[in-house]
Amino acid sequence: MKSSAGLHFKTYLLIFLMVMFGPLGNVLLGKGMKRIGAVSIGTPAGALDLLSRILTSGTIWLGIASLITFFAAYMLVLSWADYSYVQPASSVAYGMVALLAHFMLREVVTPMRWMGVLLICLGVLVVGHTPPRTTEPS
Amino acid sequence: MRELIFYLLIIGAGTGGELCVTRAMKAVGEVKNFRPAALVGVLARALRVWWMWAGLTLMGTAFFSLLAMLSRENVSLVVPVTALSYGAGALGGKFFLGEQVTPRRWAGVLLVCIGVTLVIMGRR
Repeated sequence: MKSSAGLHFKTYLLIFLMVMFGPLGNVLLGKGMKRIGAVSIGTPAGALDLLSRILTSGTIWLGIASLITFFAAYMLVLSWADYSYVQPASSVAYGMVALLAHFMLREVVTPMRWMGVLLICLGVLVVGHTPPRTTEPS
Repeated sequence: MRELIFYLLIIGAGTGGELCVTRAMKAVGEVKNFRPAALVGVLARALRVWWMWAGLTLMGTAFFSLLAMLSRENVSLVVPVTALSYGAGALGGKFFLGEQVTPRRWAGVLLVCIGVTLVIMGRR
């Protein structure tokens, strides 16, 4: 097992990037889609028009870039850190989404919703503390 | 009703896509060499597996369904509801991939489900 300050530093750094960029990506996608308006696909022409509005939205591309950054950090950290160590960190992202939605999009997050987010984080944490592999490698 | 269909697509197609990609990657084999040239080789092998294409199609469907829901509802509602994929993932892992889902993992999934219920009930 590798154990060094450098390894710890890059692990924490990448988990930090995951927890920041995953929720940020979702919030930016939300902001972009709110500007486009409620999606309703009636005709093929309508679907094409919607697709072009999505693909020309800078906010949505920023969201996609954030999600790609999240995914790259996730894949990189999994190349040396245990899945069971990294996966529980993803639970923090649910809390981060609620925080970012509250402060960036001015969404009202009720106390009951905060409680729900807390339970989801706890649930993901419990799932993360189970064995990451239960089948024989092929 | 339309919202329910989108949520089902986000959770069902998203989880189904991840399960198909997992199955494809299991067929490709464990990645031990992380050099760029080796990773390109892994990607090329993965794209020759049918499951990978099925997975990517399903994940694309889930992504556009997520966009559709985000155009209608708050991010602080939509993203937590997608955590139900942990339940779908546990079911899919057990029945599709033959994984052993421990009672502790089911307990975690139950907590997630209760949390999602509270998030939905916390709507103003």
